[in-house]
This record gives sequence, structure tokens and C-alpha cells, in this order.
Amino acid sequence: MSAIQVIHSGFFTTVQDGGRFGYQKAGVSVGGVMDSFASRLANLLVRNGPNEATLEITMSGPTLRFETDALLAICGGSFRCTLNGESVSMWKPLVARSGDILSIGACQNGYRAYVAFAGGLNIPLVMNSRSTHVQAHIGGFHGRSLQPGDVLPLRSNTLTIPESPIRWGIAFSARNYINGKRKIVRVVEGPEYHMFTEQSQERFFSSTYEVTTQSDRMGYRLQGQALERKTNQEMISEAVTFGTIQVPKKGQPIVLMADCQTTGGYPRIAQVISVDLPILAQARPGDHIQFQKVSWQEARQLYTEREQQMKRWKRMIQQKWREVHDAH
Amino acid sequence: MDYTMFPLSEYAVTVRFSAEVDEAVNDYVHRVAIFLEQQKKNGILDIVPTFSSVTVYYDPLVVGGYEEMCEWLRTELERVEQVEAPPSRTVVIPVCYGGEFGPDLEEVARFHGMTEDEVIAIHAQGRYRVYMIGFAPGFAYLGGLSPKIATPRRATPRTHVPAGSVGIAGNQTGVYPLATPGGWQIIGRTPLALFRPHHEEPSLLRAGDIVQFCPITEEQYRMWDDERHSSNT
Repeated sequence: MSAIQVIHSGFFTTVQDGGRFGYQKAGVSVGGVMDSFASRLANLLVRNGPNEATLEITMSGPTLRFETDALLAICGGSFRCTLNGESVSMWKPLVARSGDILSIGACQNGYRAYVAFAGGLNIPLVMNSRSTHVQAHIGGFHGRSLQPGDVLPLRSNTLTIPESPIRWGIAFSARNYINGKRKIVRVVEGPEYHMFTEQSQERFFSSTYEVTTQSDRMGYRLQGQALERKTNQEMISEAVTFGTIQVPKKGQPIVLMADCQTTGGYPRIAQVISVDLPILAQARPGDHIQFQKVSWQEARQLYTEREQQMKRWKRMIQQKWREVHDAH
Repeated sequence: MDYTMFPLSEYAVTVRFSAEVDEAVNDYVHRVAIFLEQQKKNGILDIVPTFSSVTVYYDPLVVGGYEEMCEWLRTELERVEQVEAPPSRTVVIPVCYGGEFGPDLEEVARFHGMTEDEVIAIHAQGRYRVYMIGFAPGFAYLGGLSPKIATPRRATPRTHVPAGSVGIAGNQTGVYPLATPGGWQIIGRTPLALFRPHHEEPSLLRAGDIVQFCPITEEQYRMWDDERHSSNT
């Protein structure tokens, strides 16, 4: 059986795919990858579907021993990666041979990375998804983060694994969003934006917010200038989603992330635009966030442009793979 | 029924029918959700009914963007009257009140100057409507707690509340489907699993259902628990 042995698990490594849609009415979070930009590109590099399950690595990565030849790609924040002790690059396809040891060390820039394996991980679907839902102990690898001794099975891969190393990958310019301890994140006004005082509305955009250590896949708790509401009027719970910024009574915002609850009852001051969610996913505790206001029209335009860009990456990668196979 | 529509994200739109909690509005919300689901429109990812709104998640590349989505919703909302309201079921939830399963029952009784049995009787006499499932897997927002036993949350939340714990928080009552930290006053525990991830319908409760709590003894609880565990293995 094609498999990968987990020797070290890293700080927090889970299996995540494009998310678990269709069960929010049962209270089940969508979950899925935090940085969909990096994970989709990792999948495209090994010619998987964009939402195939990947390993999501946080802060420090795992050490893996291959019991089969495999084709993989690692994208996301910069982690020191070695294959049998030799440095290997991220953002390009890599070949591992049976017996090889891949070690993904500490994160030097950003916070998360994704490992995609050609063919995907052979892990059962739970409610149509392979994402790990840690709180409910479902999905992924037995509903939990990886531990030493785990054996990850791979689905059989129909690709021929190339003999010689691959020289191409994703351009540097695509990784800009990961850089810097101070990040600009674009948002649109949320449904309860008007519930905040004018001063607080202004403050939300003019000051910076620090990502606190109480931040995880469910949400980022931010620390900065407190935000006040005009009245203490309670609101009733309504749907919330990845990127919704809620403000509880104390006035410190919480950005809901991939594993967020399905509904919430705090005023939603803003919504992070979809294309900037990867920027937040790569922010770590201690980093600073500045919010910048855009319109829904701009947000939708940026969304469409991102999808068009993804299509271009896909075409480029397919072309490169054709060249690899033609060379044989 | 009147409504407003607004975007929640680039791939989600909320249709809000009211800003209040109201049984009739809530019935309508669930009818809308079921009706929209029945249309099986390509590109719809998820439909989330809440107290008085429905949020629809969609793939803009398939559906064609926010304006197209709103247009489709406006057309469909004209036809909702055609669906029957879903059948409301009465779900009886057995609860072992007090003791190790309900560590705050004594406190709740003292707060209201009642005996523990009086609190149990009032809680078990209630008929609770499921307004929505949300927040956590299988968590039901129930309406209808008697004001006689409404009790503020604990000053310090517990770091671990076992799955199945039945609690009171202000004028709400409910059951924790999963073990989590929590600040509700825990008055008992049910052996029933409210979240069943491998069932076709993973939440035991459904919006519109009526919940009744039925007191059971500790012995009955343990027998129930054994049955559940043996049937799972």
C-alpha cells in the first residue's frame, strides 16, 4: 500500500480540503484550508483538483518518510524544507522516492503551508469532505491533528513520476501576500456596521489591530482600540462565515476563520474580502493588521480576477507538464 | 412576506424576513429553506436557516454573481407558498437531573428559592420549540423556558462541559452536543447523542421540532449509555 509514515508531526498538522458545505444547517462548520490560495496552487502543481485534501502545517512542519515514490508540492509561508537532508524549494513539484525523508522545519515567514500529493490522500469522506473538524472529532485523519506513528495512505496516482528534477514553479511575485509583520487586509462594511459609533467606524480603519495568542482556526482575536456601539440593542443570531468580523461587548474584534461556527450573535462590523483571507491565514500572533475599506463591487471584481489568475496558473502548469512528458 | 437581501460575502447572500424572534416568521424561514433546497439549483453550496433569515452560499462562477443570485431568489420567493411546512416532530429527551450529571441544579434551586424537584418539574413540563440549529454541530436554539427558572450564566465558565449536558443560561435552555468549555448552569445530562456525524441527518433535532425533557434515574441513564455504546461497537 502506498503510504507515508509520520515521524514527527510538527506543531499542528491537519488534513484539510476545500471545506464541508451542505451541513451548516446541522451546525457543522465549513472548515477546510485557511489559505486557499496556497493550497489550491499546491494541488495544481501536482495536477490534482483545486480542492483535493492537503496537509495544512502551522508554525513548524512534520517529518515524513515515504514508503512509495510520490510527487508532491509545498506552498505557503516559507518553511525550511529538506529531502534526505538536502534543501528543497517550495512552490514547485517535488519527487520523493520510496525511503526518502521529507522534513519541514520551522516557519520563517508567514504561518502556514500546504503539502499536496499527486493523486491525493486516501482518507474517507465524512459529510462530503476530508477536512479535519477537531472539535467534533470527524474528518481528516481520525478527526485529529497528526501524531508520530500515523500512516497516511495515498490514492494511486496515474501520473508518471518524472526521472529528473523539475526546474519550474510558481513565480516569486505570487507570494508577496505572505511578507511583513504589518498586513493590510481589505474589508467591506458588515450588516451591523451602522450599529457602531462614527468614531468607532473611523477608528476601525485608522488604527492597527494585533493578532493575539488566543487565535486559532476558529477565529483570530484581535487587540487594539476598542469599538463602541451606538446602543446596547441585542441582535439575534444569524449566519456568519469565514472572514466575518464580529465585535463582542468589550469592543475587541474577532475575525472568524475557516473553522468558525455557522451562526453568531455579535454585531458584524465588516467582512474580509475573499481574496484577502489568505493574508490573514498567514498572519501569526504578534502581527499587526490594518483594515482598508472597499466596496462590494470591488470585492467581487477582485474575486473574479483571482479566479481568472488561477485559470492562467492552471494552463501554465498543464503546459509545463506536457513539456516534461514530451521530453521523455 | 416582506424581506431584505444583503451580501454576507462574495459567495453568500442573506434574505432577512424580520428582525424579531417570532414563531410564524421562523416557520416561514424553514419553509423557504426547504423550498430552495428542493430546487436543486446548480452552484448552490449551502442553505442556512436561522431565527428569521436564510443565508444561501453559492459558487459565483456557476451561478453568475450576486445580482443573478438575488434575481433567482426574488423569483423563487414568489413561489414558496406552494410548499407544505415540514412536519413538526415531538422529540423526547431523557435527562438524568442533578447529582454528578447536574452539578448546578442545587445552585439554580437556591437562586429561585425552590427545591431541586420543583426546578426539575418546571423544566420537564416545558414544551420547547427548536428555532434553529447552529453555532456548534447539532446545537439547538430552543424557545419556551419558563421565566420561573431562568438563571444567569455561571460567573466562571467551566473549562469542560461533557457532551449531553443540559443547561440553563438566562431565558434559554439547551443541550451541549459536544464536550466543550461552557458557562451554562448544568442541571442534568442526556444519554442521547444530539450530533451523529455518520447519520444522513447528523443533527438529532431539526428546526420546527418540539422538544420535551423526561426525567430518568441514574440507573436508567447508565443502562441507556451502555446500550448506546454497545450498539456503536
